[in-house]
Amino acid sequence: MWKLARFLNPYRLSVGLVLAAVFFQALAELMLPNLMSQIVDEGIVPGNIALIWRVGGVMLVVALVGTVLAVGGSYLESRVSAAVGRDMRRAVFSRVQSFSMQEFSELGTASLITRTTNDVHQIQQVFLTLTRIAARGPMMAVGGIVMVLAKDTKLAAMLLAVLPILAAAIVLVARSVMPLFRQIQGKLDQLNRVVREQLTGVRVIRAFDRTSFEQARFRNANRELTATTLKVMRIMALLMPLLSLILNLTTVGLVWFGSKRIAVGEMALGDMMAFIQYAMHIMMSLVMMSMIFVMLPRAAASADRINEVLETEPLVQDPEKPTAAVRGPGVVEFDRVTFTYPGAEAPVLADISFTARPGEVTAIIGGTGAGKSTMINLIPRFFDPQSGSIRIDGVDIRTMSLSSLRERLGYVPQQAVLFSGTIASNIRAGRRDADDSELRAAAEVAQALKFILEKDGQFEAPISQGGTNVSGGQKQRLAIARAVVRQPDIYLLDDSFSALDYKTDANLRAALRQVARDKTVIVVAQRVSSILQADQILVLDSGRIVGKGTHGELLQSCPVYREIVASQLGGEETA
Amino acid sequence: MRHGPGTKGMPLERAKNFRGTVRRLMEYLRPHGAALTVVCAVAVLSTLFSIVSPRILGRATTILFQGVMEKIQGVPGAAIDFASLGRILALLAGLYLVGAGFTYLQQYIMASVTQGTVYALREDINLKLAKLPLRYYDSTPHGDILSRVTNDVDMVSQTLQQGITQLVTSLVTVVGVFIMMLRISPSMTLVTMTMLPLSGLFSIMVVSRSQKFFAGQQRWLGELNGHVEEMYTGHAVVKAYGLEPTALEQFDDTNGQLYEHSWKAQFISGVTMPLVGLVGNLGYVAISVLGGLLVLRGQIAIGDIQAFIQYSRWFTMPITQVANILNMLQMAVAAAERVFELLDEAEEQADASDAQILERPSGGVDFKDVTFGYEPGKQVLKNVNIHAKPGQTIAIVGPTGAGKTTLVNLLMRFYDADQGEIKIDGQDITKITRGSLRKAFGMVLQDTWLFHGTIRENIAYGRAGATEAEIVAAARAAHADHFIRTLPDGYDTVLSEDGTNISQGQRQLLTIARAVLADPAVLILDEATSSVDTRTELLIQQGMAELMKDRTSFVIAHRLSTIQGADWILVVNNGEIVEQGTHAQLLNKGGFYADLYYSQFSGEAQSQAR
Repeated sequence: MWKLARFLNPYRLSVGLVLAAVFFQALAELMLPNLMSQIVDEGIVPGNIALIWRVGGVMLVVALVGTVLAVGGSYLESRVSAAVGRDMRRAVFSRVQSFSMQEFSELGTASLITRTTNDVHQIQQVFLTLTRIAARGPMMAVGGIVMVLAKDTKLAAMLLAVLPILAAAIVLVARSVMPLFRQIQGKLDQLNRVVREQLTGVRVIRAFDRTSFEQARFRNANRELTATTLKVMRIMALLMPLLSLILNLTTVGLVWFGSKRIAVGEMALGDMMAFIQYAMHIMMSLVMMSMIFVMLPRAAASADRINEVLETEPLVQDPEKPTAAVRGPGVVEFDRVTFTYPGAEAPVLADISFTARPGEVTAIIGGTGAGKSTMINLIPRFFDPQSGSIRIDGVDIRTMSLSSLRERLGYVPQQAVLFSGTIASNIRAGRRDADDSELRAAAEVAQALKFILEKDGQFEAPISQGGTNVSGGQKQRLAIARAVVRQPDIYLLDDSFSALDYKTDANLRAALRQVARDKTVIVVAQRVSSILQADQILVLDSGRIVGKGTHGELLQSCPVYREIVASQLGGEETA
Repeated sequence: MRHGPGTKGMPLERAKNFRGTVRRLMEYLRPHGAALTVVCAVAVLSTLFSIVSPRILGRATTILFQGVMEKIQGVPGAAIDFASLGRILALLAGLYLVGAGFTYLQQYIMASVTQGTVYALREDINLKLAKLPLRYYDSTPHGDILSRVTNDVDMVSQTLQQGITQLVTSLVTVVGVFIMMLRISPSMTLVTMTMLPLSGLFSIMVVSRSQKFFAGQQRWLGELNGHVEEMYTGHAVVKAYGLEPTALEQFDDTNGQLYEHSWKAQFISGVTMPLVGLVGNLGYVAISVLGGLLVLRGQIAIGDIQAFIQYSRWFTMPITQVANILNMLQMAVAAAERVFELLDEAEEQADASDAQILERPSGGVDFKDVTFGYEPGKQVLKNVNIHAKPGQTIAIVGPTGAGKTTLVNLLMRFYDADQGEIKIDGQDITKITRGSLRKAFGMVLQDTWLFHGTIRENIAYGRAGATEAEIVAAARAAHADHFIRTLPDGYDTVLSEDGTNISQGQRQLLTIARAVLADPAVLILDEATSSVDTRTELLIQQGMAELMKDRTSFVIAHRLSTIQGADWILVVNNGEIVEQGTHAQLLNKGGFYADLYYSQFSGEAQSQAR
C-alpha cells in the first residue's frame, strides 16, 4: 500500500497544506472552549457583561476562521485525491497498453479492467477518508495537548496519562480485529467460490446427484463466514463502550482533581470546564479514526492488485537497438519455433519450420487447439517463442522495432473487433492517412461497400461500443477492410470469414486475391473447402506440422489431413 | 462492491415493494424476538443514562462554582462541598460504568442476532439454489446471482448490525436531549432550535448541488470503464495496428473529464461538514454568551451552561444520523428485495409422489416423437425418434452447438420435452425420480468442471461413499493414476481455483475417472480433446474406450473411427436432427450426411484440375 504513496509526490505541497489546514482547524475548534472558560472566569465570576460580549465576538471570528480553513482544506484534498486517482488510473492504463498478450493471459482481461477502474477508485476514496477523518484524530490530539499544556501543566499531566491508555485500547482492538477482517475477506471469497462453482457446474452436480454435497459445502462456508464475522463484531462491540468509558471516567477524574486545585486557588473554574470539553474533542476524533479499521484491509487488497500491474514488465519489448527498417518483399520464415503458454506443461507449438512467400497463399489447418491461431499470433509478437526464430525477409523479428514490424502486417483476428466511433474511423485505424477513396476501395474489396452505403450516414455511420450495432458478418468485413487499407506486405487472416455466407465469402476471396496478388498471405482455416486452392497447406496436429503441400499432395501423403477432411462431417467445434 | 460510507449523494436505489419486503425481513428477525426486545430495552436504558449524565456533571460544576463564589464574596467558612461532590462523581462513575456495560451488551447481542439472521438468509439461498431449474441458470447472468448471494446479503447484514440500534438510540436521544434542554432553559433551547433549520438548509443546498456533479462523475466513470473495456478486449488489434497512442489520447480526455467532475463532487459534498459545523459553533457561541448573561441574572446555574453545551452539540448528531440510517435502510431493503426475488424464483417441478426409483438400469434409451424448444415457438428439436439398445454407441455428428446440449438437457431432465416421450429401459423418465435417473448417466464433457478440493475428493465426487481402493481403481482405469502419482502431493493435490496446476488434458482424465467411479449405465461423451498434448490425448482416448465398454454411449463424435464404428449416427444441423442411421445406411441414402462426406473428398478433383 505504501508503494503507491509515490503518486502523492507531485502534490506534496497540497498535501502539506491540507494537513496544516486540518491542524489549524483543530486548533480553532479547541480554542472555543478556551474562550468559553474566559467568559466563565472573567465574565461570569466577576460579573463583567462587556467582556462576555467581547469574548463572544472573538469566538465568532474563531469559528469563522475554522470554517474557512475547513473549506479550504476540503477544496485541496478533493483536488489532490481526484488527481491521484487520475494519475494512478493513467499509469495502470498505459502500463497495460504496453503488455503483450502473455501478460494479458496471465492477469486476465476482466481482472485488468477491474484493476484499472474499481481498484483505483477504491484507493481514491480511501485517500479522501484518510485526510478527511483519520488525519483529524491525531491532529486534534496534538492540538489538544498543546492547549492543555498552555493552561495547566499538572492537570494536563493527567490527560496525558490517559492518552496512552486510550491508544493502547485502540491498538489492542485493532490488532485483534485487523487480521480477522482479512480472514473475513478470505471466507467471503470462499463462499463466492463455492457459489460460482455451483453456477458453472450445475449440470455436473445434478448429473452426479451431488446436490446435498454442494449444499454441505455452501453451509460450511456460510458457517465459517458467520462465525468469523461474529467474532469480529463482538470485539468491535467492545470498542465504542470501552472508549467512551475511558473518556467519561477521565472527565470524572478531571472534575475531582480539578476541584481540589480550584479549592486551593491554583486553577480557575472556567479552565476546568474547558478541559472537560478538550477531553471530549480529542477522544471523539480518535474514535472516528477507528473507522479506518474497516477500510484499510480492503484498500490494501486493491493496492496490491494495482501494484501487481505496475510492477509487471512486459515480456515483449522493443529491442534496444532496432535494425533499420527495410521493406523487402515480405518473406515470412519460421525456423524451428517452439512455444509454450505460461504455466502449460506441453508446448502448443513444437519445432515449427516453414516459409511463406509473397504471391502465395499459405493455409494452416488442424483440429481445435492444434495451435493454429498461436502461429499467427507469433508473427506480430503478441507472444515470443521460447526457442527458434521467426524472420521476415531474413531479419529476426525480435531485432526490429515493434512498430516497424507491425506496420507491415494486416492482421484480422478470429473474433472481429471494432471500436466505438464511425465506420470510417474503424477502417482508418488500419492507416491513419488513408483518404476517402482509399477507404472506399478497401471497403469494396472487403465486400462491405454495399451495406455501408445503405446505412444512414454511410461511412460516418456510428459504431457503438464493441461494434454491437452491426452484424457478425459486417463486423468481419469491416475488420478485413481495415487490414486492406493498411496495404500490408503480409496478410494474417485468422479464420476471418467464418460469419460470411458462401457467396460473399467467394467474392471476398476473389477480390482479396487481386489486391494481395504479390503479397504474402497466411490464412488459418477451419473448413477444408476454403483452402483447396492454397499454394501451401500446413497441417497442424498437437502443435506439430505433420503435413505440408497442396490439397492434392496432402490427400495422398498425409493421413492426419485425410482424417481431418473426413471428420469435418462432425468436427466443427466452433460453437 | 460493498456500499461504504462514501455512498452519500449517489442515486438511491429504491425497493419496488418497500412494505412487503420489510415485513418479510421481519419474519427473519422473529426467532430473535426476545433478544431484540432486550437489545431495545438496553439501548433505551443506556441512552437515558448518557442523557442524564451531563446534567449530573453540571451539578458538580455548580457546587464548585458556589464554593468559589462564596469564597470570593468572603462568606465565613466558605469551602467547596467535597462530600456532595464526591457523592455526585461516584454516582456519575457508576452510571458511566453501567451505561458502557449496557452498550456493550446491546452490540454483543445484536451481533448474534444479525449474524444469525444473515446465516438463515444465506442458508435459504443455499436450499433454493438446489431447487432452481436449469432454465434459470442458463438464462440469468452468473454475476447477477453471485451478487445477490454476497453483496446484497452483506448490505442487509451491515444495516441490521448498525441500523436498528442506531435508530432506537437516535430517536431516544433526540427526544431525551430536547426535554433536558427545555428543563435547563427554554430561551437557550429556542436559540439552539433556530440553528437547526439553518443547518438543514445548508445541507439541502449542498446536496442538491453536489447531485449534479455526482451524476457527472458517475457518467464519466461509466464512459471511462467503457473505453478501458473496449481497449482491453481489443488489445490484440490495438497492438497489431499500433493504436496505443490513440487509445491513450482518448483515455486522457475521458480521465481529465472524470477528474474535473470528481473533485467538484467531492469538494461540494466535503463542504457539508464544515458548514454544519459552523452552524453548530454559532450556536455554541450564542449559548456561551446568552448563558453567561443568564447566570449573571441568576436565572440558571453555571453547571447548566456546561450541560447545555454538551446537549446542544449532541442534539444535531442523532438528527443527521437518522437521515443517514433512513438512506441506508432504503438501500438495504432494495438489497433484501433482490435476495427475496431470488428466493421467489419458480422452482423445478418436484418429483411426482409416485415417482419410481430407477434401479440397476441396463441402458436402453428411446426418444419418441420428441419436440422441444427453449422458447415457445422456436423449436430446436422436432419429432425426434431415437432408439438405443443397451450397450450401443450412438454418434452425434454435424456442426453441433444447440443440438448437443439439447440432447443432454432432455436426457437428464435438465429440461423437459414439450411433446413426446423419453424412456429409459422402457420407463418414462418423467415418472422416475430425477436423482436416480441422473445417476444412470455419466458425462465427460469438454468443459471439465472440477471443484476446488483435492484430486481424491474430485474423483470421489462420482459416487458418495467410495472407498480409497475404488478411487484408485477408477483413476487407474482412466489412465490418470500415473500422472497423479507424479504430482508432489499425489491424490491429496489441491486443484487450484483457476485450474492451472494441472493441464487441461489431465483435468479431462480426472473427469473420466470420476465417471468410471460413478459406473453409469449410459454415457455422454464429448470426444474433442483440445489443447492436449499427444500423449495425454492417447490416454484420454484409451480412458474413454475403457469407459464405453458395455455401456450405452452417446458420443459427440470428432473421429472417423468413432463415426464409422458407431451403431447409430445422428446427423445434427442447425440444431435439428436431419438424418439418422448407420454409416452405410446414411451413405446409401445419399442425403445430407452423404453430401457432407463426399463433398470433403471431391476437393481432390478440383485441386488436380487447377
